[in-house]
Amino acid sequence: MLYKEFTKGIFRENPIFIILLGLCPTLAVSTQVVNALGMGAGVIFVLIGSEIFVSLLKDFIPEKIRIPSFIVIIASFVTIVDLVMQAYAPSLSRSLGVFVQLIVVNCIILGRAEAFASKRRLGESLLDALGMGVGFTLGLLLISAIREILGSGTITLFAVGNFDGVIQIPGLSSQPARVLALAPGALLVIGFLKAFFNWLEMRREQRAAFAVAGRGSTSQLAASPDTAPAGGAS
Amino acid sequence: MSYIGIIITFVFINNFILTQFLGLCPFIGVSRKTDSAVGMGFAVIFVMSMASLATWAVYHWVLVPLHIEYLQTISFILIIAALVQLVEMVIMKISPPLYKALGIYLPLITTNCAVLGIALIAVRSDYNALESFVAGIAAGLGFLLAIVVMSTIRERLDREWVPKPFRGVPIAFITAGLMALAFMAFDKALLKNLLG
Repeated sequence: MLYKEFTKGIFRENPIFIILLGLCPTLAVSTQVVNALGMGAGVIFVLIGSEIFVSLLKDFIPEKIRIPSFIVIIASFVTIVDLVMQAYAPSLSRSLGVFVQLIVVNCIILGRAEAFASKRRLGESLLDALGMGVGFTLGLLLISAIREILGSGTITLFAVGNFDGVIQIPGLSSQPARVLALAPGALLVIGFLKAFFNWLEMRREQRAAFAVAGRGSTSQLAASPDTAPAGGAS
Repeated sequence: MSYIGIIITFVFINNFILTQFLGLCPFIGVSRKTDSAVGMGFAVIFVMSMASLATWAVYHWVLVPLHIEYLQTISFILIIAALVQLVEMVIMKISPPLYKALGIYLPLITTNCAVLGIALIAVRSDYNALESFVAGIAAGLGFLLAIVVMSTIRERLDREWVPKPFRGVPIAFITAGLMALAFMAFDKALLKNLLG
């Protein structure tokens, strides 16, 4: 059962593509893969920290002031991330800019604290935070990979030793579709990705309905939505 | 930078929604009808201008003298939350019609990235009190402009055929992307030509 609390954030309730949460501080940093990794790490840390604290303190926080209390907890962890990033990854901190501090208004974090951690036990909250954080990071990584590969023909990762961290993609880096790396590209990419995920969902529902109608009620369990994603491979 | 420069920058060149993606949630959520888009736009202008002034005062009169600038994020978000509550209560008391028009949008604004965004950007840009206030109004105007244009487009889109997977949010994002493409005509060169 606990395993599900982790995986739902990655697929079924992916914060970026399925419930479209936390977009504001997300799209602006999706120009390079390295920014997505940095932002993802920050969000995972803040999510885990604040869900642990909210879950532990849920019996002590009065109902009426719970939202401000959650915000203070979240803002404390965001401050930690901001200061650590400035100290140990100054170039990343510079390129993420004001968006590190804006993690505090990322709707995912307050949303999970309010909807999940304030009602559940510590273990479940921890897995939920981890799943949501990983799902968020993967979503952001997908957007930034599409934008960077098509928009500038490169993949930027961390610099290690002689490797400067930038992978050039032959054929694309000389004539990239530059618009994708600019502001409109982020909005277009998220629009098309969301449409793609809607299409997948629609197709899955159609197949489930078809399977139920075709095989009768005995095999209904096999066609239930929980097992349906596996059918996508056929 | 002059005040006119700040206004042009935040309304057109660095439009909060179309180039910085701040305040996207209400932009997509409340842009179905023009009436509510206008209401939301004015509520945002109001809160952003008040918030940038209030956070300026707290930053320069409290955080800097006490050398606790690192508490910026926590203090700003609390100021904004308190300010939104205060504004809601004051409007409810002195102008019920205005409350009826803006009231439902005010709670949504607390977690609007744009409000915290303008407060943080004003501090980073070393604006003085009046410049922060003007930047707040200008960023709010930029939001109003974008959301009103968006809502009129979406009202027309409702009557057109759209492929099923694109209905609703995806087509809204693609519309916003095309708007952003149009807004790329406003750049730093424009500012230079206008102000010399």
